[in-house]
Amino acid sequence: MYTVMNSSTDESYHRWDAQTLARCSKQLGVKIEQQSVPAAQVMTKALRMASSKSLPDVLQLDASEMPTFAEAGGLIPLKDLGLTTEDIPEGIVNFGSYDGKYYGAARTVNTLALFYNKDTLDKAGLEVPTTWAEMQATAKKLTQGKRYGLALSAGGAEDGVFQFTPFMWSNGGDETKLDSPQVAGALDYWKGLLKDGSLSKSTVNWTQADVNDQFMAGNAAMMINGPWQVETLNSKKGLNWGIAQIPVPGAGDDSVGPLGGGVLTVPNTGDSEREKMSAKIIGCMSGEQEEITYALNSWMVPANAKAAAVWRTKVPELSALADQVATARSRTAKLGAQWSSVSLALQSAFQSALTGESSEAALKRAQQQVTSGN
Amino acid sequence: MSSTTASAAALPADPKASTAGAAKKPVNPRSAKRRRSLAQWGFIAPAVIFMALFFGYPLVRNIVMSFQDYSPSTFFTGKAPFNGLDNWTNVFEDGLFGKALWQTILFTVGSLVGQFCIGLALAVFFTRRFPLNGILRSLILLPWLVPMVVSGIVWRRIFDQDTGVLNSFLGTVGLPGDTPWLTSTSMALISVILVNIWIGIPFNMVILYGGLQEVPKELHEAASLDGASAWRTFRSVTLPMLKPVITVVLVLGFMSTVKILDLVLALTDGGPADSTQTLGTLTYQNSFVQMDFGAGAVVGNILILISAVFAVFYLRVNRNEGK
Repeated sequence: MYTVMNSSTDESYHRWDAQTLARCSKQLGVKIEQQSVPAAQVMTKALRMASSKSLPDVLQLDASEMPTFAEAGGLIPLKDLGLTTEDIPEGIVNFGSYDGKYYGAARTVNTLALFYNKDTLDKAGLEVPTTWAEMQATAKKLTQGKRYGLALSAGGAEDGVFQFTPFMWSNGGDETKLDSPQVAGALDYWKGLLKDGSLSKSTVNWTQADVNDQFMAGNAAMMINGPWQVETLNSKKGLNWGIAQIPVPGAGDDSVGPLGGGVLTVPNTGDSEREKMSAKIIGCMSGEQEEITYALNSWMVPANAKAAAVWRTKVPELSALADQVATARSRTAKLGAQWSSVSLALQSAFQSALTGESSEAALKRAQQQVTSGN
Repeated sequence: MSSTTASAAALPADPKASTAGAAKKPVNPRSAKRRRSLAQWGFIAPAVIFMALFFGYPLVRNIVMSFQDYSPSTFFTGKAPFNGLDNWTNVFEDGLFGKALWQTILFTVGSLVGQFCIGLALAVFFTRRFPLNGILRSLILLPWLVPMVVSGIVWRRIFDQDTGVLNSFLGTVGLPGDTPWLTSTSMALISVILVNIWIGIPFNMVILYGGLQEVPKELHEAASLDGASAWRTFRSVTLPMLKPVITVVLVLGFMSTVKILDLVLALTDGGPADSTQTLGTLTYQNSFVQMDFGAGAVVGNILILISAVFAVFYLRVNRNEGK
C-alpha cells in the first residue's frame, strides 16, 4: 500500500486525482491511496509526520513550500530515483528544483494572466491592452459607475505577492533587491491605477477569489487572475470572457509571470525500495497522457512540452496562458527557503504604499527588514 | 461560575478534614490512614496526570522551544540546538513586535469596554418584563453561535468599501457611504474591534443578566422607598452587588480577547500594512508562515505570561470573595 498526500480537498480535484491514481496503480501493479488535507496544512502536517516517521510515499507540496522541506533534508532528488527531466522546459525544471537539485515534478503549472470581459471592451470599442500605458488608459475608460476598470489582489497574504510579481519582474525588478527603482516603478504603477480610480480601494483586502467574484458580478471589466478560476467563470452563463498576457511596461518587453502550482515529491523515509516505487508513481502521474487529462480538467498548462503542444490544440482559447507560462518564473528559484520572509516584507510594503506611503520608503524598509533577518 | 471555582478551591482543604475525622476512631489507625490517603491520591491522580500531560508538558515545551533553534529540519533530525536568547532578541528587535503588542492592547481594551457596556445595558434592559422578552434575548445570542471564521468572512463582505452592505446602507440614509472599513490603516483595527464587540456582546449579556437576577428585589424596593433615582439605585445598589460577576466577565473576556487570531486572519490577514497585526497573528506568522518555531514560541510565551498575570489576579479576587 502506497500513500499519496495532496491538497485536493475540492471534490472535483479529489476525483480527478483518484482516477489518475487508479490508472497508475493498475499500470504499476501496486495499491495507491490518496490522502487530502487543506492546502494551508500540508506543510505542518508533513513536518509532524516526519517527526513521527510516518511520511507518505508521495507528497504533493506547493512549489513555494518545497524549498523549505528540501532544505530540511526531507526530500530525495528525483534524478537519483531514475526520473528524467526530458521534454520539461527549463523554467519548470527550476520550479521543481532547490539548490540545483530537482526534487519536485510538476504535472501542470499555472500562472497569472489578464482576463477581460469581451462584451464590455467591445461596447466601448477598446482593444485588449498590451502595455502598462494602454492598460491604464483602457482601465480608466472602462471605469464607470459601480464598475472598475481593473481588479487585482493586493491582500496581506501570498495571494497579493503572487499578483505583484509579474509587475515587478516585467519591469526588471527582483526579489533579491526590493529597494531597486524597478520594484518601486512597479509599485508606483499600482498606485497610479488606484489614484485614477481604476482599482477599487478594497484591492488591499481582496484575495484572488474575491477578485474573481467582482469580475463575475460585473464590478470589474478586467482582472489579473489565474486559470484555476476558469471553472467558476464558465459556470456563469452570459459572461463572455477572454484571456491575454499581462501587459508589459513598454512595447516589446517580456511579460514575466509567476509559476504556481504543486509539485510531486518523494519524502525521505529511508526505505530506498519504496522510494524507487514512489518515483515510478510520480513518473506515471506526470506522464504525457495523464498531464493532458489533468490539464484539461483543471484548466492549467501541462508541464511537459510535448503534452503542452497537444493541449494547445485542444484549448486554443487558453493559448495566451501557455505563452505566459513559457516565460514565467518560479518565486523561489533565487531565494529558496528565504522566500517566505521576503514575501512577508513585500506584502507589508505594497500595502503601506497603497494606503499612502511613498513606494521608495516602504520598499526601503522592506529591504532592511529582510537584510536584518527579521 | 463563581460557585464551581469556589468548590474547586475548597478541594485541597477537604482531605485534611476527613483525616481529622478518622483520627477520632482508633481502629488500626495506621493502615486505615494509609489506605485512605492512597484512595485520596487515586482520586486526584487522573486530574494531575491530565494537567501534566495536556497543560504542563506543552507549556514547558513551549518555554524550552523559545530558547532553541527550532526549524523544519528539527522534525527530521530531532536536533534543536539551544541558541540562548537569540530568538528573544530577534523578536524584540523586530519593529513588528512593538506594533503588534500595542495593537493587541488597543484591541483588547476596546473590545472589552464595548462588549461590557453594551452587554450590561442589554442585560439591564432585559430585566424588565415586556412581551417578546425571551425571544429577543435568544436572538441576541446568535452571534455567539456563529463560528469565529464564519463571522469574519461575513463581516468582510459587509465591510467591503464598494459593494458592502454597510456602506450602501450608510449611503442611502445620507451618511458618507465610502468609509474604508478594512482598507485603510487607520480604520482597519477599529473595524476588527467592532466585529469582536458584536461577537462578545451575548457572552457579557448572558452572564451579567444572570448576575442581575441574583440581586435581591427588596434592595431595589428599599432604595426606591428612600427616594433614590433609577440611576442612583443602579450605581449604589446594582453595581456593587454585581461586582463579583463583573470581575468574572472582564477577566474571562480579557483572556479570550488577548489571544485573538482567527477573526483577524479571516477579516484582514493582519493587513493592510500590518495595521491589524496582533500578538496572536504574529505567533502564527512566525511559526507557520516563516516556519521559525523558536520565534513563534517567544511570542506565544509572552501571551501566556500576560494571561497568567490576569489569571492570578482573577484567582485572588475570587478567594477574597469566598472569605
